[in-house]
Amino acid sequence: MFFEYDPVLYSRILTSVTLAFHVIFATLGVGIPLMIAIAEWMGIKRNDPHYTLMARRWARGFVVTVAVGVVTGTAIGLQLSLLWPNFMQAAGHTIGLPMFMEVFAFFFEAIFLGIYLYTWDRFKSKMKHFLLIIPVVIGATASAFFITTVNSFMNAPQGFTLVDGVLTDVSPLAAMFNPATPTKISHVIITCYLTAAFVLGAIAAFHILRGNKHVYHKKALHLTMVTGAIFAVATAVIGDFSGKYLHEYQPEKLAAAEWHFETETEAPLILGGFLTEDHEIKYALEIPYALSILAGGSTDTEVIGLNEFPEEELPPLFVHYLFDLMVFIGMYLAAVAVLFTFLNWTKKWNGFSRPLLWAIVAGGPLSMLAIQSGWFFAEIGRQPWIINQVMTVEEGATTSQHVDIMLYVFIVLYAVLGATTVTVLRRMFKSNPVEHELEERGIHHIAK
Amino acid sequence: MSYEVIGITVLWFFLYGYLIVASVDFGAGFFSYYTKRTNKNHIIHNIIQRYLSPVWEVTNVFLVFFFIGIVGFFPSTAYYYGTALLIPGSIAIILLAVRGSYYAFATYGAKESRMYNFLYGATGLLIPASLTTVLTISEGGYITVENGNVRLLYGELFGSLYSWSVVILAIVSVLFISASFLTYYASRANDKGALDLLRKYALTWSLPAISMGVIVFFLLSKRNYEHYQNMLDIWWVFGISLIAFAAATYLIFKRRNFGTAFIMVMVQYFTAFFGYGASHLPYILYPYLTIYDGFTNETMAVWLIAAFIGGLLMLIPSLYLLMKLFLFDADYIEGKK
Repeated sequence: MFFEYDPVLYSRILTSVTLAFHVIFATLGVGIPLMIAIAEWMGIKRNDPHYTLMARRWARGFVVTVAVGVVTGTAIGLQLSLLWPNFMQAAGHTIGLPMFMEVFAFFFEAIFLGIYLYTWDRFKSKMKHFLLIIPVVIGATASAFFITTVNSFMNAPQGFTLVDGVLTDVSPLAAMFNPATPTKISHVIITCYLTAAFVLGAIAAFHILRGNKHVYHKKALHLTMVTGAIFAVATAVIGDFSGKYLHEYQPEKLAAAEWHFETETEAPLILGGFLTEDHEIKYALEIPYALSILAGGSTDTEVIGLNEFPEEELPPLFVHYLFDLMVFIGMYLAAVAVLFTFLNWTKKWNGFSRPLLWAIVAGGPLSMLAIQSGWFFAEIGRQPWIINQVMTVEEGATTSQHVDIMLYVFIVLYAVLGATTVTVLRRMFKSNPVEHELEERGIHHIAK
Repeated sequence: MSYEVIGITVLWFFLYGYLIVASVDFGAGFFSYYTKRTNKNHIIHNIIQRYLSPVWEVTNVFLVFFFIGIVGFFPSTAYYYGTALLIPGSIAIILLAVRGSYYAFATYGAKESRMYNFLYGATGLLIPASLTTVLTISEGGYITVENGNVRLLYGELFGSLYSWSVVILAIVSVLFISASFLTYYASRANDKGALDLLRKYALTWSLPAISMGVIVFFLLSKRNYEHYQNMLDIWWVFGISLIAFAAATYLIFKRRNFGTAFIMVMVQYFTAFFGYGASHLPYILYPYLTIYDGFTNETMAVWLIAAFIGGLLMLIPSLYLLMKLFLFDADYIEGKK
């Protein structure tokens, strides 16, 4: 329709559409169980029914997002074989293990989530019910762990020998625990937590801005922002390690992210700006030495430039914008969360001032945007490879004739699912506000 | 037993697990919609809702398990089936997506919607139909491979009596399995009204289910004679299946031991399914792919089997807890918890 039919191109678009939609729900799916667990724990520890109710309400909204996460996850699981049959044939030999284990983790989570949701008032001891969310948190984080090792393998493949195009001498553990694994996994998991904290925090902040004075929302905001501050600082630290990983193992990705052409020491970090056709950088902010420090921890680290690589093996250079967007938002979230925590801790200033609340509200969607741009950077940044230096995207794709029709059908599907999810979630919480539910459950007088 | 046979047996078990739990789920969706249309929904609504709500997510996992597992154990299946099944596979994904999410929307979204109910009911019958495409094409003759290019022959698929019979077999089996399980569940809940209605459904669908099974059995002789011969060699397996079916319907008809009756239905499908699978071997896709030439390397096989055992050690107690809380807890089923 818009392009000449090319199954590779259409497969790429369809995969990115599915993954971009899935990752919204997957990120929440990994992060929110932890937030629910923390809230329920606070409820028990402080004997404060507000926190217990918070866990309950979050869990209720969470199920709806889980449902969409499960079905889009099933979609991408099948689509991998449908759109990338050659890749899956090769990958099955090396990373079948983590994929298999991911399903186990998902199974584990699914079982306990079902139990958790339907046993709120069933056990006498609150602790018993709290214990049921622990396997959900473990299962959610473990599935992120396993599936990210698969993605790490695609970036830093190892654990096999290639003999005439055939994978031999396979070591599944070596394939799983490749050089990209530590930084990638920690970055993915911590940013899921951070995003979940900010999305839930944005909801609380929004309620307060709308004039809702109930202490429930203040507690929710405080809980999410304190945890958010911790996750944001951790994200920054891990981001630094990721830079060092890229320098060591995927220098072309780092160079593309930073528009770094000449190999040199004392390399500057480039923020913002845009690139002309003859590779001139304009309107950018240059921080001297910063790239060398990011890559190797000292100003005399030599950073390899794009000119060292053959042109056909370079990723597209627009990944710089994605990289910057991700980093900027990350810093913004850290600043907002730390500021809120600090203001509340000193008690001298007002942490609930309108500008700060609006900044937190903006943090919700922005954190999701950062997740998207981060993933797009990571994936487009390793083009043209599907398995870095082993198999190109072209070699991995299907040869089927109908990928274009499927692309349109799936776009419609995701649009409908997305719209209904928003409608259903809004209706769920609008028709049953906190005050109403507090009254219904007879929670009036509480400590503090 | 060789690694190949262990691998396919493990996967077949999961597919069987999916066959049972998904049938209950799909059938429940259809009955729920059908009774709404005939104004009988109040009779069975609670039974269905109380069973499905905590387990719907688990159902999905069985399927994911199977198709991730098969790529792990038999990577070449990704190449053949993946390329050929782009359209039927995508349709199945879409139906599963619509069904799964709209179930959650309807159940947790707090608003009754006709549209949600219709989608939920209709997809319950369309999904088994689209998924059986895989079993059908595994018999051979529906796929061509030219210069390494795998193509599905749609004309052949839609024009063949065999493929349509398999679709009908799948649908009537879903309704039969589901109704016999829900009958048992209703009897546990002491819900007389629901029990009567569901028992009627179970009996209604029992004959079509068994007849279609027999018809497909004989139609297979035209489609894939080799496979049919292999099935005749183990005819006694299918004999057990028939006896189990007879026992199940007898018990349901006599209003006795609904639990045993459902176990008999499970035995009926277990023997038929494993008999079908065993006689299909060594082929995964006739005549292109056997379990031996599409198998993963030995190291991976050992790891997968180890992971599988580890996973089961974790899953079985969890599944037991789930069943204890929601399936065998009389107070919960009756709606007191």
